[in-house]
Amino acid sequence: MTALIDVQNLTLKFRTDEGLITAVDNVSFSLNKGEVMGLVGESGSGKSVTAKALMHLNAKNAVYTPESKITLHTDKGPVDVLSLRTPRELNIVRGGAVSMIFQEPMASFAPAITIGKQMVEQLQLHGDYSNEKAKRWSIEMLDRVGISDAAKRFDQYAFELSGGMRQRAMIAMALSTQPKLLIADEPTTALDVTIQAQVIDLMKDLVAEFHMGIVFITHDLGVVAQTADKVNVMYLGRMIEEGPVREVIRNPKHPYTQGLLAALPKLDDLDSPLTPVPGDIPSPLERPTGCVFHTRCSKVVGDVCKAVEPAERRIDATHKVSCHIYDEVPA
Amino acid sequence: MSDVLIRAKGLSVGFPIGGGLFNKQILKAVDNVSLDIEKGSFFGLVGESGSGKTTLGRALLKAAPITAGGAHYSDGEVDYDLEKITKDQLRDYRKRAQLIFQDPYAALSPRMTVRDIIAEPLEVMKLTKNRQETDARVREIAAKCRLNLEHLRRFPHAFSGGQRQRISIARALVSAPKFIVADESVAALDVSIQADVLNLLKQIQSDMGLTFLFISHDLSVVAHTCDHVAVMYLGRLVETAPTRKLFTAPRHPYTKALFSAIPSLDPDDRGSAQKLTGEIPSPTNQPSGCKFHTRCPFVLDHCKQVEPKLETDGTGHDVACHRWKELMAPQAA
Repeated sequence: MTALIDVQNLTLKFRTDEGLITAVDNVSFSLNKGEVMGLVGESGSGKSVTAKALMHLNAKNAVYTPESKITLHTDKGPVDVLSLRTPRELNIVRGGAVSMIFQEPMASFAPAITIGKQMVEQLQLHGDYSNEKAKRWSIEMLDRVGISDAAKRFDQYAFELSGGMRQRAMIAMALSTQPKLLIADEPTTALDVTIQAQVIDLMKDLVAEFHMGIVFITHDLGVVAQTADKVNVMYLGRMIEEGPVREVIRNPKHPYTQGLLAALPKLDDLDSPLTPVPGDIPSPLERPTGCVFHTRCSKVVGDVCKAVEPAERRIDATHKVSCHIYDEVPA
Repeated sequence: MSDVLIRAKGLSVGFPIGGGLFNKQILKAVDNVSLDIEKGSFFGLVGESGSGKTTLGRALLKAAPITAGGAHYSDGEVDYDLEKITKDQLRDYRKRAQLIFQDPYAALSPRMTVRDIIAEPLEVMKLTKNRQETDARVREIAAKCRLNLEHLRRFPHAFSGGQRQRISIARALVSAPKFIVADESVAALDVSIQADVLNLLKQIQSDMGLTFLFISHDLSVVAHTCDHVAVMYLGRLVETAPTRKLFTAPRHPYTKALFSAIPSLDPDDRGSAQKLTGEIPSPTNQPSGCKFHTRCPFVLDHCKQVEPKLETDGTGHDVACHRWKELMAPQAA
C-alpha cells in the first residue's frame, strides 16, 4: 500500500473576538491509496475542520501551529499542503488531486447555472479540456453515477433534480477530475435511508473502480460500519481512538466510543433502555483541562484525568487510544 | 387502554398549486388516512421525506387544511370535531395539543430569554392570573426538563443542541397539553444527546399521562420509543401495527425495504440487504394503482391498476398490499 496523505501534529486554532479557540489539537493520521477512513464525532468535535485543512480550505482567521504538517503524495511527488499560497498552487488540493462532497447538495451547486456548465467549468480549470471533450466526459460521469438520461440532466439546474439525484450529480462532479483523495462530509446525512443505501453502494463501487482514498466524515456509526476500512474518533478536537473498523466497532476502548455505541438505538434489542452519554459537549471556549472528555466520562480514574492529558496508547499494532485507564503496552 | 384520543377517518389534506384561476391543481399531501391514536400511547409515524407525515401531524393539530374526511379529538373533558371546530373550541384545542419542532436552533427566538420563551404560551393564551403564577409554572416545567433557574435567565445562543431541545419541550408542555406532536424532534441532535432527549420524552409522557405522535424517518429510534407505528408512503398509510409486530414481522414490501436500508453496525454484513431502487415519486404526478408499484420488487400488473385497501386483521396489524399474504408465506422468502 502506498501512502496518499500524511497528517502530522495538526493543531488549528481560530482567532475570534473571544480569543483563540482550539478546533483541532495535535492530530496525526495517514491514509493509503484505496483506503476509506471514517472520521467520527459529534458536532463541534473538529471533524469537518480537520477535513477542510486537507484542502487548506479553512477560513482566514485559522491559525496553524508551525508543527502542523500535511503531506499529499501525488504522481509528481509530495506536496506540502499547508505551504500552498497562490490560487494556482492551491488548485492541486482544491478539485485537482483532492475533491470534496458536501452534506447539502442544494447549497453546493450554483442555483442559476446548469449542472453541466458547472462540471465543464471545473474540468477546464483543472485539465486541458475542449468544450466538446469536457461535455462528453461530464455526461459520461453523470451516467456512471447512475443518473438516467444524463444528456438531459446535463442541461438542467440543481433545483430540477431530487435530493438523491443532486447528491449523485455532486459525486459525479467531484470525481470527474479523477482525484486521488475524496473528502465526503456527511454525504448521506440529508438523505432518506433508502437513498442513503443507494449512495453508499455507489461510493463503494467507485472506490473499487477509481482506487482513490476517501475520508468519510459522519456521525452515524452504522454508515461507518458499512463503508470504512478504518475509523478515527474525534472529541473536542482530539483524536481519541483509531483503528480498523471491526476493532473499533466490536471492541471499542475509549469510554467515549463505548458511549457512542451504547447510545445507538439497536433494532435487534428493543428492550434495553437507551443509554445517553451524560452531559453536553463543552463549549470550545471552556475546554476542560487534562483529558477533554473527563467532564462526561463515567470511568474517571482519580485526579489524573482532570490534570494530565492522556498520551496515545497502543492496544495493538493498529488500534490506538488516548485514555488513562489503559496501561501503555510497549510497542 | 382502549380509549381513543384522536381518531382520523378518511383524512385528506390538499394544497392548491400552480395554474391560474380555472386550472388549479390540487396536490394531495395526505390521502384518505384513517387511524386511531390511543390515549397515553407513543404513536410513531414513519416514512421518507415527501410521504406526508409532517402534513398529517399538522392536520391533527388543525394547522393544515383538511380537504376531505375528518378527525375527532376526545380527551374525556372535551370532544372536538377538528373539521367543524369553532373559533372558541380551537382556542381551547391549542392548549390541549402542542408541537415540538425538529430544529432547536431555528425554533427559539434569539432575542428572548429562556424564561420568556417558556412563559410566552401562558401569556398568549392567558392561562395564568399574574406574574407570580406564571413564574411558578415556568419553574415547575423547567425543572421537569432539567433546566435550572440560572438557565432561565440566559438567551438560547448560550445552549447546546440538546439543551435547546429541552427548552422547546418545556415550552410545549407549559400549557399542560394532552396531545403532543413531536416532528423529527431528535433528528438534528447528536446520537449521544439523542438518547437523553428520547428518555426525557418517555419520562414526561408517563409522568404527565400524555399522548405523543412521534414523527421520524429513523426506524431504530421509533422502535425504541413508540408502542404503535404507522408507515406512510406518498400520503397513504401503507402499514400500521404495534411496534413489536411491525419490527418482527413487517408485511408491506415498503416497510421491509425501509428496514433493510438501515446501515448495519456489523462491518461484515455489507450490502446483503434488498435495496430499493429509484425515489419516491412526485406528489403532483402520482402513479396509478398501488402508489408503491414503481419501486416495488414484487409488482404485478394488478398492482399498477388497482389501489390496495388497508386490510385489518383484527390484531391491530393493518397493511395495504395486494400480495402481502403470499409474500409472508415461507416459500416466498
